Amino acid sequence: MTPRESRSPHGVGQRVPLIDGPSKVTGSAVYTDDIRLPGTLVGKILRSPHAHAKIVSIDTSAAESMPGVRAVVTGSRDLRTFGVLPISKDEVALAVDKVIYVGDCVAGVAADDEETALAACEAIRVEYEPLPIVGKADDALKECPPEQKLHPGTRHSSNLQKQVDQNFGDVDAAFAGADHVAKGNFRFVGVTHAFTEPHCVIAHFEPTGRLTVWSATQVPHYLHRDLAAVMDLPMHRIRVIRPMVGGAFGGKSDPFPHEMIAALLSRRTGRPVKIRFDREEVFLTNHGRHPTKTSIGVACDGNGKLLGLDLDALIDGGAWGSFGVVTTYYNGVLSVGPYRFDNFRYRGRRVYTNKPPCGAMRGHGAVNSRFAFEVLIDELAEKCGVDAAEFRLRNLLPPNTTTLNGFRITSNGTEECIRRVVEASDWKSKRGKLPYGRGIGIACGFYISGSALRINWNKVPQSTAHLKIDMDGGVTVHCMAAEIGQGSDTMLAQCVAEVLGLPIEWIRVFSRDSDLDPIDLGSYSSRVTFMAGNAARRAAEVIRGKLCAAAARLTGYDAEGFDTRDGHVVWLPNPAIRVPYLDAVLEAIAGKGALIAKGCYHDAPPMGGSHKGAAAGLSPTYSFQSYVTETEVDPETGFVKPVKVWAAHDCGKALNPLAVEMQIEGCLHMGLGQALMESFGYNRATVGNPSFLDYKIPGPLEMPDVEVHIVESNDPEGPFGAKEAGEGPLLPILPSLANAVRDAVGITMYELPMTPDRVLKEIEKKERASAVREASEAANPKETVR
Amino acid sequence: MAETQPLRGPFRVPSAADRPPKQVVRLNVNGHAREVAVRPSDVLLDTLRDDLGLTGTTRGCDMGTCGCCTVHVDGRPVLSCLTLTLLAEGAEIRTIEDVAPAGTDLHPVQRAFAQHGGSQCGFCTPGFIMTSVALLARHPDPSDEEIRREISGNMCRCTGYNKIVESVRVAAAELRGEEVASVASPGDLDVPRGAYDKPAGAYRSNGHGGGKSR
Repeated sequence: MTPRESRSPHGVGQRVPLIDGPSKVTGSAVYTDDIRLPGTLVGKILRSPHAHAKIVSIDTSAAESMPGVRAVVTGSRDLRTFGVLPISKDEVALAVDKVIYVGDCVAGVAADDEETALAACEAIRVEYEPLPIVGKADDALKECPPEQKLHPGTRHSSNLQKQVDQNFGDVDAAFAGADHVAKGNFRFVGVTHAFTEPHCVIAHFEPTGRLTVWSATQVPHYLHRDLAAVMDLPMHRIRVIRPMVGGAFGGKSDPFPHEMIAALLSRRTGRPVKIRFDREEVFLTNHGRHPTKTSIGVACDGNGKLLGLDLDALIDGGAWGSFGVVTTYYNGVLSVGPYRFDNFRYRGRRVYTNKPPCGAMRGHGAVNSRFAFEVLIDELAEKCGVDAAEFRLRNLLPPNTTTLNGFRITSNGTEECIRRVVEASDWKSKRGKLPYGRGIGIACGFYISGSALRINWNKVPQSTAHLKIDMDGGVTVHCMAAEIGQGSDTMLAQCVAEVLGLPIEWIRVFSRDSDLDPIDLGSYSSRVTFMAGNAARRAAEVIRGKLCAAAARLTGYDAEGFDTRDGHVVWLPNPAIRVPYLDAVLEAIAGKGALIAKGCYHDAPPMGGSHKGAAAGLSPTYSFQSYVTETEVDPETGFVKPVKVWAAHDCGKALNPLAVEMQIEGCLHMGLGQALMESFGYNRATVGNPSFLDYKIPGPLEMPDVEVHIVESNDPEGPFGAKEAGEGPLLPILPSLANAVRDAVGITMYELPMTPDRVLKEIEKKERASAVREASEAANPKETVR
Repeated sequence: MAETQPLRGPFRVPSAADRPPKQVVRLNVNGHAREVAVRPSDVLLDTLRDDLGLTGTTRGCDMGTCGCCTVHVDGRPVLSCLTLTLLAEGAEIRTIEDVAPAGTDLHPVQRAFAQHGGSQCGFCTPGFIMTSVALLARHPDPSDEEIRREISGNMCRCTGYNKIVESVRVAAAELRGEEVASVASPGDLDVPRGAYDKPAGAYRSNGHGGGKSR
């Protein structure tokens, strides 16, 4: 056995089970809905039955006089608007004057029990005057009078929210001079996170004048900021606590109206108010992936060298801004890797419609464009007569380069990813050689590892960690990085265990309480391992310095020679000279008190271009993927059954290979859902399938065999070389499956999900076309000769 | 056109006066007799969570689509959100809180889920464990296909299921008495404490727990 490189049995590179596993498998983990505060009232929200309507009047008197009803709140102009992005704070806690989607919050009720709260909601009389519904993205682009705009404050004279135009090189010239061009119009329906824990919040306005909010959130800091704005309180009078979160995937990354409503109801009653969604409410408020129309052209020369990408995305944002401005950029700019090309044009438009809001979802903004791009790459490869894997290898960005739009690429393991999956899958003896109805496909991915620039323009570091060691020797790590099931607490503990050379049970992580834990911006954009990991590592290194100094005082050897390892402070020139960890701790705290230290990750080095929107998509580092998927397609039924996936992901360095595998397999499952069955259906603008009966996600029997290949490119700035593993691995599964379907039955899927009816239609279309061709060849033999 | 129609369903929420009174039922939960007052319409999930404080059983959908709320009734996995509490009177009800043998020990199924990536956010985990424990009690050596079929009534959005299948497979092997390779677990390591090997004469330990300092 090779000696362990890490200093700790649970340090970098070790398979460490999640540290909160025991509490989760015993049912003792505490989620928000599990919290019972004395005197808690049940909060319920009266939601709009209209997609777009003027509120003529609201009469709450009957509800307010019901026994057991403690408070009713409705919208008011006096309440500030809010939203996760400073540039689109267009959300209101409760509707003012009009409702803009089915499910929009009209009133909030707090009552002694759930039935009373529901009955009170029914007793509220609301008079609506329906307005024309903006149901389709194309309709939203039409000029309209100001009163038909969902958000009158926007600068466009339609329901266009954001338009992005970027142009690098000369796309028209590149396409004109290209040997091969592939074009396609792709359509993507909306999909949603489908986390298992419905939204839940408890707000308690205490007699001291402080507000405490427990909420299932990925972004406690942004919630904290927006609560301060809406409640008109200084931030120090608000405490945000994030209990265990039952899955999120981007679906809990906005500050939400129900969080504001609970706080408003608690202020009115002076009692804790809990609002827990039922599953229908979760669907009605969505925030999932945007329905998108993507028009794309890709060009290459005769040798298969990519020349240019021409991309246009029309994105249906639903009722609110949410992360939408970022989504608009990401649909374009996250297509600039992992391939090199010199000409790139992108037009992205996000519109408001009267659908529930869309927002960030795992692989945010990158998934749909990636699908279209990778599918057309296969088409180009075929036109050039180059193998699809080889075509990709010929066009890769190298490590340590800059993309045409100014992204700084450092570590880059794409080439190894491709080589690994090609070899493991026996690609060369399968591609194009499997029997009809069975196929194999490849695709790559490219994703950010945190945003280089912060959402809010202030000087707060992106992540801060505090460490404390007292005489018991246990290490307390404080950092607000939100554990949402992805394992960030375990990651923080491992980073500290590695630096201090301790077993992981000596580390305890506190990441949930804004009164105690320093700011981390939250679990979104795949930033936590990179940023919070660096913060924790730096804090631990400060402590290590103090332990080494203590060991030097105890032994008389020089402090520079000491290092921490396996529960000792060891003098490296002669490892027999070593001080037990606890002795070093006691010496270090003698006369001074507990060891404390902080570390932070502030900002990536300056980077990026100067064009408009240059900051969007900038990341301190990027992750890369390549997947090969083998599938069966039944030509009789159109049923697609993926059989095996070889998934290679460059995560820089696997701090915890077990956790990396868990992320990759989870991504793959979610991506397969979008590829094969998931579809957010609308009846005009109303959600048509707001339950798990009608919104299908893959079950255990639909999951293929997955073989994970972890590629380590050792990122120069990541903590111990690590970068993200939570979102990028979603990207390649959809196009690799579509490319496998193409290999199996010769059809290109321009629309997701690839349901049997759609696949069958394409197969039949292809068969009809070839029958017509054969017939015309038979009738006009000359043409065949030509 | 003016409308005043509420969003919520075709049904009407009964007002407090319309509701039937509560009645006391005696339940056998996790081996103990418990008395609770419930309405005829109350479901077991609410009774367990709200009346008995057994919050390990989670609520994911309230309509039998996610399997989060799976508990055992007379040894069979059932969806507690679709089980009327009154109908469970007299039955043996077992929840996730009663799966671990005692103290801080874990049941082999629980240990396998924790160690082999069968649990991420953990919200669906109690339901999966109840389903798996019932499966293995009935069928000690299931194939992967059988495991997949058995757990297909439970929904997980984090793991992609393959590591859950692996967890059940590992637990099955352990329950059959086979040797199971252990992943390093955060509970079973040597920890530095008190007495150490000390390099000869290099320094004098200042001990631990208030010992004399140098």
